[in-house]
Amino acid sequence: MEKEALDDLRQVIPDDRMFLDLAERYCYSYDASFGEYLPEIVIQPKNAKEISEVIKLANTHKIPVYPRGSGTSLSGGPLPVKGGMVLDMTLLRDKLIIDRENMLAIVSPGVITANIHKKAEEAGLFYPPDPSSSNVATIGGNLLENSSGPKGLKYGTTKEYVIGMEVVTPTGEIIRTGGKTVKNVTGYDLTRLIVGSEGTLGIVTEAIIRLIPKPQSKQTFVAHFNHLIDSGHAITSILSSGILPSALELMDNACIRAVESYRPSGLPLQAEAILIIEIDGHPLAIEEEINKCADICTAEGASYVKIAETEEERQTIWSARKSVSPAITQMGPTKISEDATVPRSQIPAMMERLNTIREKYGLNLVVFGHAGDGNLHPNIITDKRNITEMKKVELAVSEIFEAAIELGGTLSGEHGIGTLKSPYMEMELGITGVNMMKKIKEAWDPNNILNPGKIFPDKGQTRVVLVT
Amino acid sequence: MANNLYSDAYDWTNQCVKCGYCLPACPTYESMGVESASPRGRINLVKMAAEGKIDFQKDLAEPIDLCLGCRACETACPVGVPYGHILEAAKEAIENSPSTIQKNKMNKIKKLALVHLFPYPKRMNRIGSAVQFYQKTGLSKLIRSLNVLQKVSPALAHLEQALPAIETSSKRIRTGTIMPAKGETKLKVAFFAGCIMDSMMSRINRLTIELLTLAGCEVILPENQNCCGALHSHQGETKQAKALAKRNIQAFMQSDADVIVNNAGGCGASLLEYGHLLADDHEWAGAARAFSEKSKDISQILHQLGPLPFTEEWQGIVSYQDSCHLRNVQKVQKEPRLLLQSIPGVSYVEMEGFDRCCASGGIYNLLHFDESMKILDEKMKNLKDTKATTVVTVNPGCQMQMSIGIQREGAANQIKSMHLVEILAKACGLD
Ligand SMILES: Cc1cc2nc3c(=O)[nH]c(=O)nc-3n(C[C@H](O)[C@H](O)[C@H](O)COP(=O)(O)OP(=O)(O)OC[C@H]3O[C@@H](n4cnc5c(N)ncnc54)[C@H](O)[C@@H]3O)c2cc1C
Ligand code: SF4
Ligand code: SF4
Repeated sequence: MEKEALDDLRQVIPDDRMFLDLAERYCYSYDASFGEYLPEIVIQPKNAKEISEVIKLANTHKIPVYPRGSGTSLSGGPLPVKGGMVLDMTLLRDKLIIDRENMLAIVSPGVITANIHKKAEEAGLFYPPDPSSSNVATIGGNLLENSSGPKGLKYGTTKEYVIGMEVVTPTGEIIRTGGKTVKNVTGYDLTRLIVGSEGTLGIVTEAIIRLIPKPQSKQTFVAHFNHLIDSGHAITSILSSGILPSALELMDNACIRAVESYRPSGLPLQAEAILIIEIDGHPLAIEEEINKCADICTAEGASYVKIAETEEERQTIWSARKSVSPAITQMGPTKISEDATVPRSQIPAMMERLNTIREKYGLNLVVFGHAGDGNLHPNIITDKRNITEMKKVELAVSEIFEAAIELGGTLSGEHGIGTLKSPYMEMELGITGVNMMKKIKEAWDPNNILNPGKIFPDKGQTRVVLVT
Repeated sequence: MANNLYSDAYDWTNQCVKCGYCLPACPTYESMGVESASPRGRINLVKMAAEGKIDFQKDLAEPIDLCLGCRACETACPVGVPYGHILEAAKEAIENSPSTIQKNKMNKIKKLALVHLFPYPKRMNRIGSAVQFYQKTGLSKLIRSLNVLQKVSPALAHLEQALPAIETSSKRIRTGTIMPAKGETKLKVAFFAGCIMDSMMSRINRLTIELLTLAGCEVILPENQNCCGALHSHQGETKQAKALAKRNIQAFMQSDADVIVNNAGGCGASLLEYGHLLADDHEWAGAARAFSEKSKDISQILHQLGPLPFTEEWQGIVSYQDSCHLRNVQKVQKEPRLLLQSIPGVSYVEMEGFDRCCASGGIYNLLHFDESMKILDEKMKNLKDTKATTVVTVNPGCQMQMSIGIQREGAANQIKSMHLVEILAKACGLD
């Protein structure tokens, strides 16, 4: 870092929140995805004013700025790919106000999402987006990645809940978007534009999020299928019967086997798929709905259906689903985790395509995910030290995306584009579509200061490169 | 540089998928708020050092030194990264790497104690007697009133105040003794006395043995046992830790006890890991594993043989602070709680953050006084919320740390810190 820039930064940020030594910088060189990029400096701001001044200096001295929450991104979102400065947002965590009357929460970006869940519930309210990283990830990171989880099917994703924000722009001004009203049609909807922009259009310093009444109760059941195709039909039948589950999760045979060898719990090794379905709402209504769902599964050929009768049984059902991630990491040191998403009617077709890809490349590919909304997580387990296999993985990943898009789906349901999927953007959006987005970026961030190297591919980059 | 142990550690660091699930569990990440004070950060730094990207002394030593070794991160990790092993390997590598910077003075004191003191029961006993003399003669009162220690070292001053009253050595049960069970003999156990426990807290050891016999154990106190070596492993002195382990294995495997019992969470964890510590030593690996399998915490045995014959009612609210090594390494969580709840009259209240390290961390509170106190003061707020009049632990370090915390809060008249054994013994009419 140039001395002049550093001297200027010192005027704004005290030394104990500014890190230049190697060890500290290496600690902000990664996220939960792939790749390692060493920043030149790490800064921990405490408020919007400091950030605004830092960004202005960054523009003057042309230093790239990489905002970072808890670094749990699976797509390389906070990685400082062009060096420069990591802006660690985790100290901005002093505000978590629940406004019961207006059913809102006003939060600082560094607040951990699970704390919002907890505080909302204490007030009898509910904040639905539930990425499985919610105990670790910040709400800021959730907003910028537009995160969600199993509940996305019924309740939508983070963007459905953010109605207002305070934002530091890429040129260092502080603005407000949206507000405290659920209805708001004044001008362009900048809130929606920034949510999901992966930290390329602004730094969020406060968010107003909508809360809803907490559902009175919930019920869960699990169904085993000997044929994957039947589970696909069960999903579409349930959804077209007018029932909207709060979660509808799928595990394929490879997942079942992985979970069983990791933490045996009596899952059916021969089954091609397991569905886990949860329904929430009024106790009388869900009683009727859950039985109907179970009947549908049986009619579609489920070999076994079990409705949880106690909280303990409910936990047992979910623990199988929650063990998937740790279980598959036991199968190899490197996990390439994708989240290609298709219209839900295409789930069986997508599963077929994935099967073909698995066989073609002879890879360890498992599939699980939020089947209710078509958001599948094909995961390839490998070892990045095995270069030949990694080259196959690169090809397989490309084919997975092609399949998703051909079936009318999208590159990412929830993990974002980051560095990993940028080469495929044109495939989904076309050249003009990507250019439209680039124009927005250029207008907002003329110096390309904020999170450069993300979303848009570098020149000539046509597919992901995992090893060189 | 990369010796064998360290190259194992490198493989372990590669298991980490950087998901960050361990972050919320880590007390130092919470109190310091930087990634280098988090498990994920530390693991990555160990990896960077192994790859030669950073320097062991200059870059790695401090982040590793600031770790409490509480291993809560290990319990939280979904993929089972063996953080404890990575930590110890890193400490050893740092210890053995060429020093580019001057090691600090505390390091010398630390070494002195580790090499010349803890391994020698006789020396430890002499200190115990000296402290007892010091307490008895009123010298301690004088020193306290003059506040000298406070001026020399606030850390030592705190520790001095937290030291329990030491029993006269005549009450101490000698090694080599066999104590018969009261009534029918249900179990033969060998008791691991520990170095600090034996010298400074011999009263707790005596009460442990009495409780065990009351519960139906024949208790053997094998001769030639010595310090468990935990502090040595934690400070990177692996060679010495191994030597101590071998002496203990020899001492205990001669007795035909069914179980080896200890009453200090930290020591227990170390005994449980002898199997791992000596895994590469062909001559000792088998015996070490057998030793570890037999090793149990006092609460497990008393719970297994219970209920205890209580004779007295307890007044007031009791809360429990988990000892990290008991909870996260030995995975003993419910037994101490069930035992406390079984005491007549006890109303048991769980404290928020009971699973969080109190930052005693072996001798962490001496080496990193300010950091330790920050974490402790948070804990005290939670303790006060329970309205407990007694807080119970199963580890001498934690118990003293609780006393320090209570004193810092000026709550010595309202709350008392006790070892599980003390409260059980009192309720059984022993003492
Ligand atoms: C085990 C595991 C499970 C996961 N499960 C899910 C899941 O179920 N659903 C899901 O959607 N995701 C999931 N994720 C992905 C990840 O947790 C989410 O993307 C999360 O929202 C990232 O939050 P973070 O605080 O870690 O942000 P980071 O990873 O640090 O950053 C994410 C992005 O946000 C930007 N950013 C962060 N804070 C700000 C801010 N204040 N202003 C501007 N930009 C900012 C960064 O530049 C980056 O582009 C999972 C990840 C892991 C490791
Ligand atoms: S929880 Fe385990 S895998 Fe995840 S970052 Fe921590 S040590 Fe690594
Ligand atoms: S051992 Fe304790 S202090 Fe050290 S990294 Fe793990 S949780 Fe943090």
